[in-house]
Amino acid sequence: MGFVMSAQGFDQVISELQKEYRVFAPVCKKGAGRYTDTDVVMYDEITAAPEIDLVHKSDYSFKEFLNPLSETLFFFTEQEVKEADLNKKKVLIFLRSCDMHAVKRLDQIYLANGKEEDWFYRRRRDLVHFALIGCQSTFENCFCVDMKSNQMDDGYLFSVDCINGMYYSDVPENSIKGIFAAACETEQDVSPCFVTENKVHVTIPEDVPFEILKDSLWDEYSTRCIGCGRCNFACPTCTCYTMQDVFYTDNGKVGERRRVGASCMVDGYTNVAGGGQYRRSQGERMRFKVLHKIYDYRKRFGYDMCVGCGRCDDICPEYISYTNIINKVNAACEAAKQGAEEVKNG
Amino acid sequence: MGNLDINVGKLKKNAFRYSKHRGETASRIRIPGGIIDAASLGKVVEIAEKYGNGVIDITNRQGIEIPGIDLRDMDKVNEEVQSIIDALRTNQTEKGKGYPSSGTRNVEACPGSRLCPFGCYDTTEFAQKMENMIFPNDRHVKIAFTGCSNDCAKTRMADFGIIGMTEPQYNPDRCVACEQCINFCRRRSVGALSLVNGKVVRDTKKCIGCGVCVAYCPTRAWTRSKEHYFRLVLLGRTGKKNPRLAEDFIKWCNEESIMKIVKNAYAYIEEYIDPNAVEHKEHVGYIVDRTGFEEFRKWIMDGVEPGPKAEIEPYVYWKGKRYDRI
Repeated sequence: MGFVMSAQGFDQVISELQKEYRVFAPVCKKGAGRYTDTDVVMYDEITAAPEIDLVHKSDYSFKEFLNPLSETLFFFTEQEVKEADLNKKKVLIFLRSCDMHAVKRLDQIYLANGKEEDWFYRRRRDLVHFALIGCQSTFENCFCVDMKSNQMDDGYLFSVDCINGMYYSDVPENSIKGIFAAACETEQDVSPCFVTENKVHVTIPEDVPFEILKDSLWDEYSTRCIGCGRCNFACPTCTCYTMQDVFYTDNGKVGERRRVGASCMVDGYTNVAGGGQYRRSQGERMRFKVLHKIYDYRKRFGYDMCVGCGRCDDICPEYISYTNIINKVNAACEAAKQGAEEVKNG
Repeated sequence: MGNLDINVGKLKKNAFRYSKHRGETASRIRIPGGIIDAASLGKVVEIAEKYGNGVIDITNRQGIEIPGIDLRDMDKVNEEVQSIIDALRTNQTEKGKGYPSSGTRNVEACPGSRLCPFGCYDTTEFAQKMENMIFPNDRHVKIAFTGCSNDCAKTRMADFGIIGMTEPQYNPDRCVACEQCINFCRRRSVGALSLVNGKVVRDTKKCIGCGVCVAYCPTRAWTRSKEHYFRLVLLGRTGKKNPRLAEDFIKWCNEESIMKIVKNAYAYIEEYIDPNAVEHKEHVGYIVDRTGFEEFRKWIMDGVEPGPKAEIEPYVYWKGKRYDRI
């Protein structure tokens, strides 16, 4: 069952839903870009439908609600600990297909990677429901088709595609169909748009032989990459964090524990006690990141971590293309395989 | 054709150069804000080939001089430069007669936020706005706009230097304490940031509003202020007597105040310029040397409201060499 709405109708749907949900969506933040008078599209809680940016790919991903950049987990005094409060109202997050595929990766790491679930992730995750933003065409640097994340068939309350000023929604969730029926112009079958072709293509190597670790292909990134971590912070599947135990300055017996986002590209990520550091060069860090996204994670969980949103390529200030690295890795793997066969065949 | 009989004063005022080569002059093209359309630059080439000696001089203040022009051709050249004057929307008193004055120098600008990642405002636009307010004027005043504290436009050598600033806005909820802002502020700027309890603290006294923290923040924890701010530096100069760098007058100033201060400064010059100055030309800085800064300040700040964040220096002291007092 689907519905077609005017902008006004869509506004009405959102304000009805806001009675039950806090709505998070990509929002174009004027002037908040890196450079003067440039914008950035980021996730934020919206107050009304027109704030939702359905046109652009967001520069930063939806993950910021589930996996905040900075979150106080609990407060401590001498004898007591208290978890930080969290608004218990249900949350609706607008996101595209690739990002909905990323949710599975976040869940995997925080809920099904070891015996214990992450309690702080779980309490946020339980609040969250999704609205799927359809993709009528591919964006620059997207490679969702090759990563098989271009289409999402279920898991969303409703979808939305804005085409020529009209809003098309597929609404599989029965409990909210009335809201759409009351606001729509017509009822008709709607399927969310999805792309079937990207401009960018990657070939993921099935197997990555050990010698790739020492391949010279990583060397150039030691000089090109500045280690800013934008690729990780913008990535919908990166989940790494670090902890801050903060003791308040006017009473050192009281404080809080925070977790903040971490990046495997930024200095300090592999620091260990005694001054050791496992990956010192940016080339080594790039190798770790890329192989984790397209190989190591799959070895552990059976599917690739990367969903092909291309945000890392969009945001890299040094014009480093991660998709290009994937293809270089694949070529090196092919060459290694061929070399091994030649040795075997004498 | 009769002998040359040229009013040299009028020639100079009409933006032609008095040349060391007898019988020759050079046409001086104003390019306020440093941006010229390609068609106008083509016209410059045409004039240089037709009336000049085939070369073009890029001047120190972002203007152009077309040398090697016969003094007899000045009227024709004035007709030719009309299309440039029109395209650059330079103020003029009479069409077809070239530039109406040359005292107030071309208003300079670095590329600013149109191109440069560090530019804190559209320098060209502001420079053109300033040019439109002050030109034509015979008073010898130099104004330069630069996008950030790097001061690529060398505003500290101008009478009025306008340096772009942004007031960094910090959202602690987006900060992961990667410390890149702290490191880059220390290495590329003044070291105004430090980490306290896992979050960044900005020393507002030290911060120069350069925006380096914003540029290097990977999470948008740092963003730029909606308002564009300016540091106004005063009365830098080169020259024989007392070359010196401009000194700070207002930090976190607004645009309207910059405009008004410069306008007021022209009134001050009219009041106090030495009537016996050589060629009726006295740089504003030397006038201030005579009247004292307090009188200058009284004039330029008349009716000025530099905004709630403005920090105004109560008195300004200049340094520099005093070759005339050894």
